[in-house]
Amino acid sequence: MHDVVITGLGIVSAAGEGAEAHLAGLTSASPRTDIETFAPYPVHPVMPLDYDRQIAKKSDQRQMEPWQKLGCYAAGLALDAAGVKDDAELKSRMHLIVAAGGGERDYGVDGQILTGLRQADNPGVFLNEHLMGDLRPTLFLAQLSNLLAGNISIVHGVTGASRTFMGEESSGIDAIRIAQARIASGQNDIFLVGGSYNAERPDVLLIYEMGGFLWKQPFRPVWNRPAEGGGMILGSGAAFLVLESREHAVARGAKILARIAGVTSDRGRRQPGGVTQALKAQADQLGAKPDVIISGATGVEGITEDEQAALTAIAPNAAIYATGDVIGHTMEAQAPAGIAIAAALIAKGQSNEALVTSVGHRRGEGSVRLTRAS
Amino acid sequence: MALRDNKGRPLVAVTGMGVVTSIGLGKDETWGAVTSGKSGIKRISRFPTEGLRTTIAGTIDTLDVEPMSAPLLSERLAMLAADEAVGQSGLPESDFPGALFIAVPPVEMEWPQREALAEASGQDGDITYRDLLKAASTGKFKAWHDLFIFGTVADRVADKFGTRGSPISLSTACSSGATAIQLGVEAIRRGETDAALCIGTDGSVNPESLVRFSLLSALSTQNENPETASKPFSKNRDGFVMGEGGAALVLENADAARARGAKILGYVLGCGEKGDGFHRTRSSPDGAQGIAAIRAALDDAGLAPDAIDYINAHGTSTPENDKMEAMSCTAVFGERMQKVPISSNKSMIGHTLTAAGAVEAVLSLLTIATGRIPPTINHTLPDPTIPLDVVPNVARDANVRYVLSNSFGFGGQNTCLVFGAEPK
Repeated sequence: MHDVVITGLGIVSAAGEGAEAHLAGLTSASPRTDIETFAPYPVHPVMPLDYDRQIAKKSDQRQMEPWQKLGCYAAGLALDAAGVKDDAELKSRMHLIVAAGGGERDYGVDGQILTGLRQADNPGVFLNEHLMGDLRPTLFLAQLSNLLAGNISIVHGVTGASRTFMGEESSGIDAIRIAQARIASGQNDIFLVGGSYNAERPDVLLIYEMGGFLWKQPFRPVWNRPAEGGGMILGSGAAFLVLESREHAVARGAKILARIAGVTSDRGRRQPGGVTQALKAQADQLGAKPDVIISGATGVEGITEDEQAALTAIAPNAAIYATGDVIGHTMEAQAPAGIAIAAALIAKGQSNEALVTSVGHRRGEGSVRLTRAS
Repeated sequence: MALRDNKGRPLVAVTGMGVVTSIGLGKDETWGAVTSGKSGIKRISRFPTEGLRTTIAGTIDTLDVEPMSAPLLSERLAMLAADEAVGQSGLPESDFPGALFIAVPPVEMEWPQREALAEASGQDGDITYRDLLKAASTGKFKAWHDLFIFGTVADRVADKFGTRGSPISLSTACSSGATAIQLGVEAIRRGETDAALCIGTDGSVNPESLVRFSLLSALSTQNENPETASKPFSKNRDGFVMGEGGAALVLENADAARARGAKILGYVLGCGEKGDGFHRTRSSPDGAQGIAAIRAALDDAGLAPDAIDYINAHGTSTPENDKMEAMSCTAVFGERMQKVPISSNKSMIGHTLTAAGAVEAVLSLLTIATGRIPPTINHTLPDPTIPLDVVPNVARDANVRYVLSNSFGFGGQNTCLVFGAEPK
């Protein structure tokens, strides 16, 4: 089996850009929060980015909606950090796993169609005519789940092959799990893995509000929300990691930030105490002895307290941080973001071993154990 | 002695298959229709089509799904196919001893649900998302959260069949079904699991999905005679026809399958993939990535091109795909390509999109099992630039031991699989 190491990370969010900004975010009071645009739903908006720095062609930028631009930008940062951005040959055999949902809609068109449908003599025909006439033809390509990967291939030349995993939070942890397993087994040497999320869009707020999962008050830390009903604050951001076998990293002289010592994910029954049991079992299975825990906790009532109970039992002396308190809840990108933050802490010598957890708002539990490079 | 492939990895056997298409619920019905050249393409009756450029599709209309929506129909198709596959394998029906990999169409809320929220909001003036959110906050639409998040189909399939671990929902566009199989093969080869349930499903013929492909000029507009609209490799092909379908394969470590006395239906011998950074919807004009994916699949299977007896084509009936695919195959197979039968079942069932790679895997394995090659129907005007044996119009008997199945998709996705009657 091959050791799997992280040699590059790229992360953008409300906390800013890059590892340092996110480490600073661990100890700041709260991330940038917008409580007005989508009131009563707060969101954590991403820091404004100069996309030209990672997506050279304006024509490429125009083809993408924000979730794709964020992902492409963070992917570029990760490639830069790993020192592989200019190695076309290496990127042509680098594999890609992206955790993603879908892209933005044309909100104006949706509203106009809904308004018009009410008075339409023939609603079905009205819908057809307006979809055909009002939708921008290329919008579809900004919506398709696998087109973040497609854009990364186009913009950054990462063309080994891509796979896109869906399924909310679980997809983020499973993307890391599968990449880790493929490298460990010797199937592939190097991967770009990550996810991206745009929270500043009403259609995703709508989905989670239907389920009753959103926090509707000013910012409160994740762990404090369950006592007041609980809920998620969605955040915009993206995180990508370059993973490779230790041999491959050493051979090309790459700096190793951290080692991925183990990844586990499962889909337990959601019942009182279920998440506590699942996370404890996963920490056991991974042999985790963390001095830092980066939790993907959502703030949703029940599972958040359950997770907190597990974490204090797993590592009573560890510092416990919630990624949600740094960047908000970035859904598919939450696990990659947590791993990026953990890797940055380890690389700086601020942790010897970290545990990253991912408990989905609706389903799925996962844990990743990271250790120092050597 | 342990069954290993020629690279020393566990050999991956297929012990169960299920398929649902517009021409058949189940393997027997689908296979009978496919080998008799029947088309499942018809005028769309699910929703009004006035105002659309394309009014035909290979819909599955015999299932009662309420509310009719892409995720629910996709779930039903996945369940039916998996029922058949797991049933055939003889593995426990609700305690499947392995992982789930499922290719599902990207889902999102659909128009009837948006309209219901708009109605519930009480807004009489212009509707905006603010109104929809207000309706959502009443808590009356809770079930639609689950319906329209991406992981739900997999969650329900995992519940029903009792698969192990975290199920993986995936998309690689039109090669998704093949990727689901590839993930299963890899997990078995790594020794993580002895069994994998691999599914591709797609029931997304609805107005907006159709319009999206239509606006990209990807769909055939030959609406007059629906059954002849999909004509892969023909000179007068003008786009694909959307189809619905679901397919499931039970993959097993061949050792484990043999040890429990399972009937082995065939083997997945090789998987190959290659990304393409050329364009969002078009493949690299030199076909390099298609060629690389085919070669990678053959290499992975340890087979020379000469070993392949039949190619189950991606064959979408778009001008570009069929040209690129013919070029890629010719580059790999050389002069012999003129004699290698290559056919596209999309001529009959349309392009089942997310499900296509899995549907075509089942049909490839049935080709091996029955010695009968399904035809490319509607082939009356051959494209002179594609001088291949496309098994025109009528099924053909042949001794088929090894099959290559191609899947190519938007976003630079190229995935190829090699199936065999036995390991080589």
